[in-house]
Amino acid sequence: MAVMEYIDAIRLAMKEEMQRDETVFVLGEDVGVKGGVFTTTKGLQEQFGELRVLDTPLAESAIAGVAIGAAMYGMKPIAEMQYSDFMLPATNQIISEAAKIRYRSNNDWSCPVVVRAPIGGGIFGGLYHSQCPESIFFGTPGLKIVAPYSAYDAKGLLKAAIRDPDPVLFFENKKCYKLIKEDVPEDDYIVPIGKANVLREGSDITVIGYSLPLHFAMQAAEELANEQGISAHILDLRSLQPLDREAIISAARKTGKVLIIHEDNKTGGVGAEVSAIIAEECLFELDAPIQRLCGPDVPAMPISPPMEKFFMLSKDKVKDAMLQLALF
Amino acid sequence: MSSHKQVIDVVMPQLAESLVSATIGKWLKKPGDTVEQYDPICEVITDKVNAEIPSTVDGVMGELLAAEGEEVAVGQAICRMELTAASDEPIQEAAIPRAAQAEPVRETASSGGHADESQRGRYSPAVHTLAAEHGVNLAQVQGTGLGGRITRKDVLAFVENGGSKPAPEAHVHSAMAAMPTMAPATPSPGTVAADLSRAALEPVRHSGLHLTETPKIPTIEVEGGDRSEYFIDVTPIRNTIATRMRQSVSEIPHGWMMIEVDVTNLVQLRNKIKDEFKRKEGVNLTYLAFLLKAVVSAIKDYPIMNSVWAVDKIIVKRDINISLAVGTEDSVLTPVIKKADQKNIAGLAREIDELATKVRAGKLKLDDMQGGTFTVNNTGSFGSILTQPIINYPQAAILTFESIVKKPVVINDMIAVRSMANLCLSLDHRILDGVICGRFMQRVKDNMESYSLETQVY
Repeated sequence: MAVMEYIDAIRLAMKEEMQRDETVFVLGEDVGVKGGVFTTTKGLQEQFGELRVLDTPLAESAIAGVAIGAAMYGMKPIAEMQYSDFMLPATNQIISEAAKIRYRSNNDWSCPVVVRAPIGGGIFGGLYHSQCPESIFFGTPGLKIVAPYSAYDAKGLLKAAIRDPDPVLFFENKKCYKLIKEDVPEDDYIVPIGKANVLREGSDITVIGYSLPLHFAMQAAEELANEQGISAHILDLRSLQPLDREAIISAARKTGKVLIIHEDNKTGGVGAEVSAIIAEECLFELDAPIQRLCGPDVPAMPISPPMEKFFMLSKDKVKDAMLQLALF
Repeated sequence: MSSHKQVIDVVMPQLAESLVSATIGKWLKKPGDTVEQYDPICEVITDKVNAEIPSTVDGVMGELLAAEGEEVAVGQAICRMELTAASDEPIQEAAIPRAAQAEPVRETASSGGHADESQRGRYSPAVHTLAAEHGVNLAQVQGTGLGGRITRKDVLAFVENGGSKPAPEAHVHSAMAAMPTMAPATPSPGTVAADLSRAALEPVRHSGLHLTETPKIPTIEVEGGDRSEYFIDVTPIRNTIATRMRQSVSEIPHGWMMIEVDVTNLVQLRNKIKDEFKRKEGVNLTYLAFLLKAVVSAIKDYPIMNSVWAVDKIIVKRDINISLAVGTEDSVLTPVIKKADQKNIAGLAREIDELATKVRAGKLKLDDMQGGTFTVNNTGSFGSILTQPIINYPQAAILTFESIVKKPVVINDMIAVRSMANLCLSLDHRILDGVICGRFMQRVKDNMESYSLETQVY
């Protein structure tokens, strides 16, 4: 075990998988010589050489396309989108090709590609460096999507994603990179895709979410427990596609009061689907209307600091929503 | 408002995109100092850069809210400042949203009290389900929810208490509903304790170092410990050193060897020219500069020394960038002399001086630290005669230059007093073996011993 940052855990996962499996390679903008704009791939080119850590042109469609082709040929590419905001030119490759290859070829071909993309705002990045694009890919069968909150899960899920025989989108939160620090084993382990994780046991309210906002929920839960005696049950979805229906239902049943949080905007987001699952499966165990606290439905993350603050979830906003639900 | 002195909070700025916190290195202004806009008010240390935070306003320094060595989250206040001229800049927003935020909570709280019973008759599906399951008459259950609503927990508590008394849970809830707004205003006992202990820490740091004193990375005692032991905070730099060392030792199979070099001629050469050099160049002509030259020339003859292990291959670096281990009181850093093979002895001496000065002043930039391909450590400078260095990951080898010691040496069956020094080498045994390292060290030795009074440093 070693205490490491979320970003170190991601780097370590790639390094270990590249050492373990020669067909694993990384490609993306500035991933090689520079080691990534966030230093996520730092040192990998020095260790594995330029044929396994490829600096690509600024062409996301090509990065995804090349990775998909290599994956179909038997390689295990990790394609990095520098920011998930830049991912849209690659959506055609990801949704129309990667997601459908196995189905289209009647199980003859597969596409074990991983696309890593940093999501999330609150870093004074504005429109092109802050988006959460989960909902764009969320409704596409054939894709798996993971969005870890903890450093432990970041390593374990990335390793699982690399070994998965099908395309996996790995949404890492750039604000978590240095914010989340914890013990991460330095040996080989995976976190299975499709399994949610209970971060905190509680009996008054249930909070369901993924990625950075869970950090606020955990802080808020701690404060609410100390100040008001409110006990919150917190579920980290970890995998968005497939969702862990059983874990969602049992977490909802636990308190009957559910708050779903994410930074992606509310309409058509992951929370809508989670909410629908709960409504379908356990209506008669609900004690309050299902609540969602998400990014507002506005076109982009503002660059102005007060407006960015308004847009972003925070501990105070999450705490307030949790308190309201507890009081209901 | 404009007639009064306006006091603002200065917050920790976002220094780089992915940074979430930074450590206060040193306060450059003390409370009461006059500060002009853009004046640096403090130094901050992060694992990416060391920087100075400039003032955004003209004013007078107020209370310091963060101690030296304290890690402060981005956006958190670090100090207060009194504005000289009353400006209408909308900077002090901190107080406003907090007050505004308290409002809705207060409303729900009071409406959750005894008077409002508007939700008394509305039952959620969960309440219906539980009531049916346990045969509870809901009219007997006391509602602790919003507007007197019966919650799922109210029913469960009612059942647990044998269906007679209102649940003890309910007391907790109503007591809580009566005074929840106190919470934001009056911190809970836990927070008070934390604040107190912080306050206890602060005055010690407040007196602070001033501009004239040499900056040091602070070693701050952490709370805890007892009479027999105390704790020291792990600084970002210490943390980085620990991680790197651990990685190197656990990944690289270290080999080690040592040779002895006769530097008598070099000592004479340096004694002859050092004073003039100092006068002309303004920097000291150190033995280290001569050693670097000797090492760099030897690496050119044996380029495999300048390489990195990459599992299925060995990557040999064309540029020779020498990482120089420079120690301070409580850390060691390895700034890099880039393209050292293109510099003469004088150039190396100047570069060594520059980097060492930067390290000691804490002014190293990220760029100064990157790209090293081989490390040299002048361990002799602190009196060592033998060291077993840890390789600077992911390089292939590290060489140390030990103390120069006068010793009796046998030359042509006669005993002479010569100035001798040991050179030690730790090597990545995945890349390098004894023979190649032996040749390399022999070449360094030859280079060192071939310095003479005629050697040119330019």
